[in-house]
Amino acid sequence: MKLNKILALGASLALSAALLAGCAPAASDPTDTPSNTQTQQPADPTEAPISGTVNTDGSTSMADVMAAFQESFEVIQPDVTVNYSGTGSGSGITNVLNGTVDIGLASRALTDEEKAEGAVENIVALDGVAVVINPANTVTSLTVEQIAQIYNGTITNWSELGGADAPIAVIGRDAASGTRGAFEEIVGVEDQCVYTNEYESTGEVIGSVAGNPNAIGYASLSAVDDSVVAVEVNGVAPSEATVADGTYEIQRPFVMVTKEGTELSPAAQVFLDWAMSADAADEIEAAGCVSPNA
Amino acid sequence: MEKGARQKGKAGGVRPLESVMQLIFFICGFIAIAFVLVITIYLIISGLPAIREIGLVDFLFGQEWASTAKEPKFGILPMILTSVYGTAGAILIGVPIGFLMAVFLSKVAPRRVAAVVRPVVDLLAGIPSIVYGLVGLMVLVPFIRETFNTAAGESLLAAIVVLAVMILPSIISVSETALNAVPKEYEEASLALGATDIETYFRISAPAAKSGIAAAVVLGVGRAIGEAMAIMMVAGNVANMPDLLTSVRFLTTGIAVELAYSSGLQRQALFSIGLVLFLFIMCINVILNVFLKRDKEG
Repeated sequence: MKLNKILALGASLALSAALLAGCAPAASDPTDTPSNTQTQQPADPTEAPISGTVNTDGSTSMADVMAAFQESFEVIQPDVTVNYSGTGSGSGITNVLNGTVDIGLASRALTDEEKAEGAVENIVALDGVAVVINPANTVTSLTVEQIAQIYNGTITNWSELGGADAPIAVIGRDAASGTRGAFEEIVGVEDQCVYTNEYESTGEVIGSVAGNPNAIGYASLSAVDDSVVAVEVNGVAPSEATVADGTYEIQRPFVMVTKEGTELSPAAQVFLDWAMSADAADEIEAAGCVSPNA
Repeated sequence: MEKGARQKGKAGGVRPLESVMQLIFFICGFIAIAFVLVITIYLIISGLPAIREIGLVDFLFGQEWASTAKEPKFGILPMILTSVYGTAGAILIGVPIGFLMAVFLSKVAPRRVAAVVRPVVDLLAGIPSIVYGLVGLMVLVPFIRETFNTAAGESLLAAIVVLAVMILPSIISVSETALNAVPKEYEEASLALGATDIETYFRISAPAAKSGIAAAVVLGVGRAIGEAMAIMMVAGNVANMPDLLTSVRFLTTGIAVELAYSSGLQRQALFSIGLVLFLFIMCINVILNVFLKRDKEG
């Protein structure tokens, strides 16, 4: 009996020891990775001409594009680490101007003031925002002005647009969304939107429009599927071709921002050159955008 | 055997092990308290700066929430009222149904029927909240849209119905336990005096179990006010002043909808919403404890 108890105690102690041990590797992980890169670095100059870290920072809308870039660039330049943090276009531009990151990311064109401060615009991709309605809706084409009026609450019934006599359910994203920011800015309804429903993801917007014949919503062109219909805007249907040639109006550029007069590190320069080249077109397409350089 | 072990223990080296185990128990017990403390402190630290910057009155009683506008507004009154109305509505629907169901299970139902119904109620408690939301979205929302001819069915009403169903199991099981605990003699005395069964249940059993039933209601309130996932799918999430058929935003969904991409003061304000919600739930827990204590004493 005594033996049993001691065994049981021993077992529980061993268990708790195992638990503690389980914590240990996790804690030492972060220290592992730097030491790995350290061991790699001495080998770099002999093997590959370029190594280093590229820090990018900015638009959360560019997360998909950046993830595709990171994945592919790792193969092209194994010794270059591309870091991305999504902090918002504004902070990305500020950070590159302050010199805290190599490349800033903005999901909008730069303003004249920003350019005056030395920000340089490198458009790597174009992102179309599609306006989607339920397949049951008979309206198929809208003007940008009509879309603006729907979103600011001037037009509230589909019959005003030649559709059925039904109230319009205005669907949008949450206030922090990059797609919402882009849409409202392009259409010219910033801070004036009267939403019926707001959702925290593009998928929910599509789902809501697909399930409600009265609904209108917006989503990244790449996220549009068969469950909804993307309306023609000013007579132009959204597609990669119409976004690339600029005829589809509701679109925004994805910009890699650099600072005038500041030389990029070799690694950052190689990364930017690659991202701006036709070689990156596949990654841009995979992320649901259109490459202007293809 | 047991005695022998204890004697040997006294003589041998079990004592140090005993104190080691005691220490382990103490640490485990302390971890739970530590979590509560850490969360409380963290919420206060991260929730206060935004309130200080926005101003307590503007924050709590501001009627407009526009967190990313050029001139941002951080008024959470619409969310507070929505949470209060939504919870009250759910209680208004859920409590009568839940209470009658508990009376049915505890007193009226034949044993075999109760044996089938009770596991079903327990199952209802085990359904993940997102499933409630999904069913609400697929069934309830289109129904409300078509019945009231509104643009979209996502509304306070849809949220109330979903919440009412969600709080049913806890109301039923806690009320039933309270009703079962009523001494048989009370009911027998009532029946012996000529009261009918139904009179006995409602005039004798229910009053005798009233603090337990009150605890069930408070538990329901706590569950309803803290729910986020299910109502995010059916409430529409626009921070309007609450109206039965408009899209509304609860305190919980207010945090959940915007947190992912938020930054700066907006993010801090979301933590402040969390702090307000936390205080609400603290109050509810205190009330619950008062009822439960009274139940034990009474």
